[in-house]
Amino acid sequence: MTTVEGMLKLLRAYDGPPLDIMEVCGTHTAVAARSGLRSLLPQRIRLISGPGCPVCLAAPAYIDKLCALAQEGCIVASFGDLLKVRGSGGSLLDARAQGCAVEMVASPMDALAIARHNPQRTVVMAAVGFETTAPTYALALRSAQEEGIGNFRLLTALKRLLPALEALCADGSVDGFIAPGHVAAIIGSDCFTPLARRFGRPFVVAGFTPENMLAALCTIVQKAHTAFAGNLYAEVVRPAGNAKALAVIEAYFEPGEAYWRGLTQIPASGFYLKDRYKQYDAGSRGLHGGQERGDCRCGDVLTGRLSPVQCPLFGGVCTPQNAVGPCMVSAEGACGIWYREGAAYDD
Amino acid sequence: MCIATPARVISIKEGRAKVDFSGNIMEVDARLVDVRAGDYVLVHAGCAIEVMKPQQARELADLLAELERLADDDR
Ligand code: SF4
Repeated sequence: MTTVEGMLKLLRAYDGPPLDIMEVCGTHTAVAARSGLRSLLPQRIRLISGPGCPVCLAAPAYIDKLCALAQEGCIVASFGDLLKVRGSGGSLLDARAQGCAVEMVASPMDALAIARHNPQRTVVMAAVGFETTAPTYALALRSAQEEGIGNFRLLTALKRLLPALEALCADGSVDGFIAPGHVAAIIGSDCFTPLARRFGRPFVVAGFTPENMLAALCTIVQKAHTAFAGNLYAEVVRPAGNAKALAVIEAYFEPGEAYWRGLTQIPASGFYLKDRYKQYDAGSRGLHGGQERGDCRCGDVLTGRLSPVQCPLFGGVCTPQNAVGPCMVSAEGACGIWYREGAAYDD
Repeated sequence: MCIATPARVISIKEGRAKVDFSGNIMEVDARLVDVRAGDYVLVHAGCAIEVMKPQQARELADLLAELERLADDDR
């Protein structure tokens, strides 16, 4: 079953109960849309998108806080996608249009450079992301300490993957997971074994080619309803992950309750700066809820309860040019990906 | 968001690596990996997060280039 045809044959021959398989990572969502993977699957096997876009998960209260910091005179540094996400009021782009200092950066080290060059201003990095990104913020803080840069802050909305997967497993509607390759590169493929055992479901770490995703689907279908954890991205993902990255996360951050759009608050599902680094924190704890925008169904999209096209606003009221919800804004958001790829309108 | 791009290490000094992303030369943080010139790394948010084999690096680079082209076309 190494050829694409062989794998498709295997999937089409599946005659067990219907399976909902979740791809957790936004890049997997993009690869699936691009390759038309969904339309190749038999009806009994559904590939649903999960909560793998940190920009989409950010609470309105978090965006509001960033805008407030910008309005108070801080320089707010952010990755590009987050700039367009609206809180209960406007977005960071709106704040910039009103004259606030909002800078787009490609890495936390770029934000630190802004702090270095503006010693009289407070520079706040909008620290969103999963375990993949968490170490990069920690390294920026380490450099800030080493260089004695005292005007650098993080506003964190960092997410830990496993507690969210646990919540989705407990909910019971997902039958198997294509685990995200680049989160797994940090946390390691072994991390999924306890979840697989506890909930009797397969988890397969996959790389980002369509063939690799297809192989993950075949594995999951063959191992459906069993406790199985596999790794098809072993060239990059090691069983125990990246020890240096884990150590630097551990040095600066500790787990705490975090908000996930669509799943609400989940214990220990976020990273927050440890107490001894609180002078670097811009007020990250407790930014949980906030006013969601009207009819946006992002919460259902992020948990696989709805596919993007099932949202009544998809493509009409809500488009990438005039996005209602974050899932349409972000390059990794399922709604935006489906819209851009004109994805299979078949669910 | 967790998108990570492969690059070839050109040189490395004090935790910073000069890398080549299919022709674009940039400096990235290399404090999370043990690498030498010639190795391929996965770069995320300005930071090398893992070492990778040349074959995988090529596959991933091609795929990301294609995804990016499509996203740009449709904008
Ligand atoms: S289509 Fe727009 S409004 Fe509907 S869930 Fe997606 S982002 Fe929200």
